[in-house]
Amino acid sequence: MSAEAWQITWFTIGVATLSTAAILPPGVALGWLLARRDWPGKSLIETLVALPLVIPPVATGLILLKLFGRRGPLGGWLERTFGWEIVFTWKAVVVATAVMSFPLLVRTARVAFEGVNPRLEQVARTLGAGPWRVFATITLPLAARGLVAGAVLAFARALGEFGATVMVAGFIPGQTVTLSLAIYQFVQLGHDGEAMVLLAISVAIAFAAVWVSEYFVRRRPA
Amino acid sequence: MKLRHISLFLFALAALAARAAELNVFAAASLTDALKEIAKAYEPASGDKLRFNFGASSTLAIQIKQGAPADVFFSADEAKMNDLAKAGLILADTRRTLLANTLVIVVNADGGAAIATPADLVKPGIGRIALAQPQTVPVGIYGKQWLQKVGLWKQVIDRIVPTENVRASLAAVEAGNVDAGIVYKTDALISKKVKMVFEVPAAEGPSITYPAAVVKDSKQVEAARKFAAYLAGPEARAVFAKYGFLPAP
Repeated sequence: MSAEAWQITWFTIGVATLSTAAILPPGVALGWLLARRDWPGKSLIETLVALPLVIPPVATGLILLKLFGRRGPLGGWLERTFGWEIVFTWKAVVVATAVMSFPLLVRTARVAFEGVNPRLEQVARTLGAGPWRVFATITLPLAARGLVAGAVLAFARALGEFGATVMVAGFIPGQTVTLSLAIYQFVQLGHDGEAMVLLAISVAIAFAAVWVSEYFVRRRPA
Repeated sequence: MKLRHISLFLFALAALAARAAELNVFAAASLTDALKEIAKAYEPASGDKLRFNFGASSTLAIQIKQGAPADVFFSADEAKMNDLAKAGLILADTRRTLLANTLVIVVNADGGAAIATPADLVKPGIGRIALAQPQTVPVGIYGKQWLQKVGLWKQVIDRIVPTENVRASLAAVEAGNVDAGIVYKTDALISKKVKMVFEVPAAEGPSITYPAAVVKDSKQVEAARKFAAYLAGPEARAVFAKYGFLPAP
């Protein structure tokens, strides 16, 4: 494997890890809220969260490009306030993969929390535990397997992201080129051999990630 | 209806159907607007329909090599056409060099970077320059050739944002996501959101020529030949000139 292939692989894994870590707290929180609480406008939130899963990835990428572009509402503000440039940098790759894998995490987390018998939580409350303690000692451990499965699924999705990433990050060698982008580019260049190498790496990583996720799902308590 | 009338009707229908060819024209992205206008005149006059596939000539050439159903290929550089010729994929007697073009530096029309000379591309404060993929896309190759010739390539290379084709570079400048872009003069002319700040003089720049040819595996060779000949004719030439293309040298 060439140095370039290694760099692309590590970059992709790094970005996917960062993006999954970033969406974990809000994703788990939202999953819990959707599982345990009801409020006016809940279906609106459910739909908004599901959007990146359903609309074409390039459409999501276009929305992100308009938002985070240098003259966009978020991008312009970030540049003026922190001096951060988002589009055409690795930050755009993280944003794109985070947005695309968020719905997957929320869905899996919601199902995981819905699988925890609420009576167990109520019993803990009657025994004097505060809500945070209940969450930490009852809900979270019982939902843990499903949450880990969701995180791994989100990670796998982040690894394979293309459409949204291509829109906001472009193909800057060494800075924004992930495995998916590199495969596309190698084919454009006519370097099918190198594309196949990266294809094999992508398949291997995705295979491992999904297998781990399925392992956790299979071992859920009955 | 008499049998004579029916058969006449069917014959006319068949003749019409035989004449109404649908041509797949694979053309460089920079030709988008000019070719669409040419189609508006050509379709009613010839009875044929034109279906365009615009993109980077490098991408189009790869698609043709992999068997995409193209009838006519209109490339932004000779190299891609040579590639296909070597692979025996075009009808050599239909190949003609039709147009020429020049490179320009563009910035956003509304508060764009202060660039007046090529050397300004490397001054501090200029962060990103959009240029189509310099290894494969014609305008990227031309841009790199020119920048190497004026000795700026090594300094500028870190600022280059490689895009998929020339129109993607244009779009990046229009959106303000890059400080400058290197595109064809014809692309700068169609966009109100960018302004041309420098035109590469003919003597300094690479020779930019656009050849067109009929693809050998075309299923409509006669109609394709007719269209390729039309592209070399006076009506098409007038439209190309209107969009800023130069005649072939």
